[in-house]
Amino acid sequence: MASKSLKLCRALCNNTQHGRNIFLALSASRASQRIQRRLFSNDPQPDLVDPPSTSPSEKPQSHDTRRNEGGAGRRPFSSSLNDVELAKFSAIAETWWDPVGPFKPLHAMNPTRVSFIRSALCRHFRKDPSSAKPFEGLRIVDVGCGGGILSEPLARMGATVVGIDAVEKNTKIARLHAELDPVTSSIEYCCTTAEKLVEEQRKFDAVIALEVIEHVADPAEFCKSLAALTDTNGATVISTINRSMRSYATAIVAAEYLLHWLPRGTHQWSSFLTPEELVLILQRASISVQEIAGFVYNPLTGRWALSDDLSVNFIAFGTKNMNSQ
Amino acid sequence: MYRTTVRKIASNYNTLRVPKRTLSNDASAGISSTNSAKFNSEDEKLGMRNMIGQYDIAIVGGGMVGIAFACALSSMPLTKQLKVAIIDSNPALGRRDCIEKTDLPDPRVSTVTPATISFFKDVGAWDYVQQNRHAFFDKMQVWDYTGLGYTRYNARDVGKEILGCVVENKVLHASLLSCLQKSDFHKTIYPSRLTSMALQSHSKEVESKLPGAKLCDHGSFVKLDLSNGDSLFAKLVVGADGAKSYVRELAGLKTTGWNYSQNAIICTVEHNVENQCAWQRFLPTGPIALLPIGDRFSNIVWTMSPKESSERKTMNEDDFVKAVNHALDYGYGPHPQSSSVSNYGDRLSWLIADMTSSSKECFEVPPKVVKIASERMVFPLSLLHSNDYASNRVVLIGDAAHTVHPLAGQGVNLGFGDATVLSKVISDGISIGSDIGEISLLRKFEAERKPANIMMMALLDGFQKAYTVDFGPLNVLRAAAFHAAQFITPLKKNIISYATGEQKWPLFS
Repeated sequence: MASKSLKLCRALCNNTQHGRNIFLALSASRASQRIQRRLFSNDPQPDLVDPPSTSPSEKPQSHDTRRNEGGAGRRPFSSSLNDVELAKFSAIAETWWDPVGPFKPLHAMNPTRVSFIRSALCRHFRKDPSSAKPFEGLRIVDVGCGGGILSEPLARMGATVVGIDAVEKNTKIARLHAELDPVTSSIEYCCTTAEKLVEEQRKFDAVIALEVIEHVADPAEFCKSLAALTDTNGATVISTINRSMRSYATAIVAAEYLLHWLPRGTHQWSSFLTPEELVLILQRASISVQEIAGFVYNPLTGRWALSDDLSVNFIAFGTKNMNSQ
Repeated sequence: MYRTTVRKIASNYNTLRVPKRTLSNDASAGISSTNSAKFNSEDEKLGMRNMIGQYDIAIVGGGMVGIAFACALSSMPLTKQLKVAIIDSNPALGRRDCIEKTDLPDPRVSTVTPATISFFKDVGAWDYVQQNRHAFFDKMQVWDYTGLGYTRYNARDVGKEILGCVVENKVLHASLLSCLQKSDFHKTIYPSRLTSMALQSHSKEVESKLPGAKLCDHGSFVKLDLSNGDSLFAKLVVGADGAKSYVRELAGLKTTGWNYSQNAIICTVEHNVENQCAWQRFLPTGPIALLPIGDRFSNIVWTMSPKESSERKTMNEDDFVKAVNHALDYGYGPHPQSSSVSNYGDRLSWLIADMTSSSKECFEVPPKVVKIASERMVFPLSLLHSNDYASNRVVLIGDAAHTVHPLAGQGVNLGFGDATVLSKVISDGISIGSDIGEISLLRKFEAERKPANIMMMALLDGFQKAYTVDFGPLNVLRAAAFHAAQFITPLKKNIISYATGEQKWPLFS
């Protein structure tokens, strides 16, 4: 029954006028899950609090404190968070670059993400893919950069990179690690949000926000900020996790509870976006998605690979429409 | 505060390399000696780096495999902009020696498989080899002293023209060197020996800024100190310094292996006729191999016990020639019977479907050796395998990672295979902007090469052990194996494809 409703959603999602109504109907038909209506509404939303029964997480307050302006970094913080949570994140923050630490799955996934970004950006900006530094001359911003796992390869490929994150500890760690290599020491790390950068009127050739949008209160506003940061004819790359049965089984149950790849409560299944929803909100932010691909994990070899299967992790590459400012 | 200055210096360094050097020298004039280990600030450290050479890759060992790796890097588009340092105290690296074609062949030769030949062609080093002495061979005969069976291999069995090529090591080395020198690859040769290697750890810096942070002790560079006082920094150290690798010792990588209680005598010999076939006869104490080098010369690799090897090394030349002929011909046992399959060909034709041409060939006696053309060299034989090929910012290739028995001529071919795969892994790493010295990238190289190397080593070790025992039933088993390889076509094709490097695994491909 769930799969049928998914198919219905997919077929009808292209029709944007009815999107909101149909979506409401579908969410009514799902008895056991709560889908936040924030996705399709342009009105500012009151904060929705997930009841403890559906979110087996140990840190419910991260949802209480969603900021309406969106654009939060990787772990949405605010002063209402208690010190226990801050300390927990600080402890994890220091292990960003530990290859066998809690961020090991991200390190394993990184080469695949970077290869997608490389091929998509080289094609869009007409750069030579067989050059060692194809991004020479490009200004890229890594939103939610964390410890700089993505920013450093981009800098090594010649780009001028700005990495932003809402957690100050992350930017400190990122800066320290980047200084170890002269090539990456030119990366500019700031502890700020996408909104603040928009206020500063900064523009970039490519705006990349990987694994961020599922942690943000208002994805629509967040996408609007990303679009505002993108220069005309620029590129936006967003990666996230699909909201599907399979992703619940793998990204929540398997990754958090069985394999302990991620701390419990890292993700909320209800805040995942399906590819159709992501395309829709990007469209409303005047970014048209050109390419979309999925990541699959092969448990036998322990490696990630790009594929057409979008059911768990996927990454979307879009360009800013010419008619918008 | 230091961070902003460092960032400024780093960004300036990247854009203006040459003028910055003089500025930094002024700034770091206060440092007393280059060997001072106390770096008090990031500025001084960066200043130090400007005075000492900074490289992407440091290849320790400029032998065949080390230079082949450098050539492979220079021939790929993503890696040819890397800065490489080659550390080897051999003075031949700096000179452009011309090999005299009238020289007698050197006894140190290698058999290169077709896979290695295509690697040489890819990097552009094969033309030089073809201009010097080299010998293709397309036939091979293997038998043992019991005279119960023999196997003949022919390249036509797998539809190829050659089984391999025998080339002197100095020719291979010179061809790779000339190919490297012709290209505009950024390489610096340090004619010195490595004395010490140290990972640059920044853990002290980190702790002062962020108490309790564990940035997992890797700085971005390895500092290498050489015996002539030079120092250099490199992001990745490649150990290609042979079986007694110092890099492997410094990196703390453990090995597994054992000595074979055998030595090998090698020398060049001359015939009256051309030799175009490779011959190998297994004797009770070890195999004797006769490989063609060209111009009626052949190379002998004779494995025997250490006592016999010291005897045979010192005996006079005529006696040695007699001993060699004896070993290749009637010594230790009779000739095998020629294949009698052709007699029963009609009746067995339903069983032996597509017989290869070599299955019908008769047993031949190798050409007689007339005289010795070089000095006799003796080498002890052993098996050695490094448990890990890579550790943080260090990777081993070639004999430094694995040494094998020479009975199948595979040793240096495994090394060339390592060089090819490592250069490809580094190229893939650069395409996704990763740090080339990072251990996760090096583990990819290990995951690709280790199983193949171990498989080959296991097979060769198995052969070595099987052929050193003189035990009735085992002799019959060996004879059966010879017959099987001779007559069972798929098995023969598999053996040839695997030994020539066309196939990765011996059986299931």
